[in-house]
Amino acid sequence: MNPSSLKSRFATRFLRALTQIHARKPICSSSPTEIFRRYRRIKAAADKSMAYSVRSRKTWTGAVLWKLRSRSCGRRSAKTSTFIKSQQAIMKRTRHEKQNKNTTTTTTTGEHGVGFGVEASELRELVPGGEAMDYCNLLDETAHYIKCLTTQVKVMKKIADFYSL
Amino acid sequence: MSSRRSGGSRISDDQIADLVSKLQQLIPELRGRRSNKASASKVLQETCNYIRNLHREVEDLSDRLSQLLASTDTDTDQAAILRSLLM
Repeated sequence: MNPSSLKSRFATRFLRALTQIHARKPICSSSPTEIFRRYRRIKAAADKSMAYSVRSRKTWTGAVLWKLRSRSCGRRSAKTSTFIKSQQAIMKRTRHEKQNKNTTTTTTTGEHGVGFGVEASELRELVPGGEAMDYCNLLDETAHYIKCLTTQVKVMKKIADFYSL
Repeated sequence: MSSRRSGGSRISDDQIADLVSKLQQLIPELRGRRSNKASASKVLQETCNYIRNLHREVEDLSDRLSQLLASTDTDTDQAAILRSLLM
């Protein structure tokens, strides 16, 4: 396997994070609260490791790291929406500069009209940072996001299987 | 015809169709389709479902790992894991 592939970069980072989480074991490490806390830390570590392992410039990785940082600093979700609003403001400005008539609401014909409909807005909620992307970028980032998620799941599965031996 | 787009944005219907079919290839539900002409709406729908499934898998795996870490006392051999992972 390629040692500098996304999969191995992610696996290395994530395993390192797991070791750190494992090392912070308190006395009562099997209480439900502790397990839940560890669950959150592990999930955050997995998302963070993947976001950092991505080499190409993607919006979704920035959004993931932003959300994790805001959460860990104890800030409210208002900060996330501030980030999104600032991204949208930037998007609107550049789009406005490029187009004279903004017809991006519901009027595109053909099957691509659904790009601005219900399915697209659902997708925007699922892909980190999706709210601020235009339709083309949304599709592109979604494809990349899916590739990374499947890699993440594969590696996590292998690790879990290994630990359960 | 379709909406008016200025020369600056350069987003064509073909480009969107390409992106949609690229997505279609990634989704197991739709990959086997010989027709390759699933509607964009269907592709987006299945994409959302697929992403939700992946999110759920990540959560389940994190949950499983947290339980496993609780019960593992010894320091596990990371090198062995990495080797088996990368095989």
